Amino acid sequence: MHTPKFTLILAAVAAALFIAFRLIGNDYLFFAGYTVLQYVVIATAWNILGGYCGYVNFGSAGFFAVGVYSTVFFHNIGQQFDFQLPIPVLMVIGGIMSGLLGLGMGYLTLRLRGVFFAIATLALLVVIETFVVNWSFVGGSRGAYIIPPSEIPVLGAFIQYLFLLMLVLVVLSLVVARTIERSNLGVGFATIRDDELAAEASGVPTLRLKLIATVVSGALFGMAGAPFPYYIGYVEPGSAFNLAYSVNAIAMPMIGGTMTWVGPMVGALLLSTLQQVITVTISSAANLLITGLLLIGFVILAPKGLVGLWQGFTAGRKQS
Amino acid sequence: MQFDLLINAIIAGLMLGGFYAAVTAGISISFGMLDIVNIAHPGFIILGSYIAYIVSANFGIDPIIVAILALPVFYALGTGVYGIYFQSFEKRGQDALRGLAFFFGLLFVTEVGLILVFGVDYRTVDTVYAGGSLKLGIMEFPLRMLVPALVSLAMFAALQLYMSRTFIGRAVMAVSQDPQALELMAVDPTRIKRIAFSIAMATCSMAGAFLIVIQPVLPSSGREYIGRVFAICVLGGLGSLPGTLIAALLIGVIESIATTFYGPSWAPAVSFGLLLLTLAVRPSGLLGR
Repeated sequence: MHTPKFTLILAAVAAALFIAFRLIGNDYLFFAGYTVLQYVVIATAWNILGGYCGYVNFGSAGFFAVGVYSTVFFHNIGQQFDFQLPIPVLMVIGGIMSGLLGLGMGYLTLRLRGVFFAIATLALLVVIETFVVNWSFVGGSRGAYIIPPSEIPVLGAFIQYLFLLMLVLVVLSLVVARTIERSNLGVGFATIRDDELAAEASGVPTLRLKLIATVVSGALFGMAGAPFPYYIGYVEPGSAFNLAYSVNAIAMPMIGGTMTWVGPMVGALLLSTLQQVITVTISSAANLLITGLLLIGFVILAPKGLVGLWQGFTAGRKQS
Repeated sequence: MQFDLLINAIIAGLMLGGFYAAVTAGISISFGMLDIVNIAHPGFIILGSYIAYIVSANFGIDPIIVAILALPVFYALGTGVYGIYFQSFEKRGQDALRGLAFFFGLLFVTEVGLILVFGVDYRTVDTVYAGGSLKLGIMEFPLRMLVPALVSLAMFAALQLYMSRTFIGRAVMAVSQDPQALELMAVDPTRIKRIAFSIAMATCSMAGAFLIVIQPVLPSSGREYIGRVFAICVLGGLGSLPGTLIAALLIGVIESIATTFYGPSWAPAVSFGLLLLTLAVRPSGLLGR
């Protein structure tokens, strides 16, 4: 399937979803749906570096938070001039900020072996968090309030607007992931994942490819984070840098399958919906416990994730 | 007055560093020598803190003695975890990526398990020496810091002796370099790795008790140690115990000075910044091979 056709189909599915949600007409559905969609973007973003290149990023929450705090920053500046940038613009800015962070991190750490890279990303997360905690313009450790308007023209409830934006971002990130996967870039990424030394020796520009991967992945994280202050209304470092983002960003692609764009999406949709249900019915601590257990279970028992299980299942049927 | 402050900041830093050495010892063995990225290590340290807390709160035994008594339990836990890790990843030759995700999940499960059992309140223990302190001129040694630091140094010395003097200790050093050569010497590398990993896990019991003597503990306290222990381990030159000790003292002193002169909210950035710098400039660490 060519990319334009794929994009159209995906957009049609997204539109159908939005219309269906509107027909049901329950605002909570949009509220919970936003979180699920946000995780689809986060999982996809992680997978571009983690799944395609084999570089584990533990600092996903840091990239996400840079998106969040770039919005807080411009919101606070906007308040002095009595003018607010529209959220889509803020998303682009957040994406650029996180993308730049990805570029910087790439230059600093991508010469490192896989495991060291993973630890360095974790360190980066804490360094950024410390800076934000000590930066009083964006609220510091006290946090910052952003009061979203409750209504918006045409759509009605503001949460529907946010949901729609996130839906567009989901379509965008899935198209990006799929395009990368099928292009020369994806092949290059795969050579890095399978044997970086051999790739380097055969003339693959590994460093440049890895930088592309960190920038694209970082930018998607930032774009996912940018609308978050409007969604939650009150941001503090503890919620923006929540380790749950880092864990989910790894767990969802691992559970879904890291080789294709389908895996992170499936993993995020299932796991995040499950988490929403558990948070409402049992407790939010239990939902993290189950995420951790599922992650352990899947890496041990089904290393290729749900997609791998499904492929094994269909291949097994063909043979018999 | 500034001079007094500086001297005491350095002393506090050295004691803090002694404690960090105990926290990092296990990582230096498992990550530095065995190449097992046990990112869940700080989680198990917090588990050690809570075990020291329960026993000490119920029976009034000193937490450090509790930790020594709990060593076999942690040793067995280490054997169990290594068993799973070996069967699922090492034996199959799976990439390190999945092993990493496994330990990340383990860290999370430990933390959330503790939250579900104990809640999110701070826990502390009472020790006979908690309030006391030793004064030498302008220098002040709070016993709350001094006792853990000294026991930690003793533990470190014992570990170093074990690793450099006994057959198994030397085999552990060897397994990190060439497991195949070890097999030719009729030693089972898996067995050696299992023992080493279990020892690494046993240090969690001690480090956990030190932690709860020094400060109140939360289930999520482990997180701030993840970066710190890896910073120390990498800075010390992976797998070198003396290097780890030097790096631990160094980071302890730098953090303590940063806390004294710039405020505690900047302290975490110091070790992590140092880690990033080390990784970018000299990945082989201070005493790297």
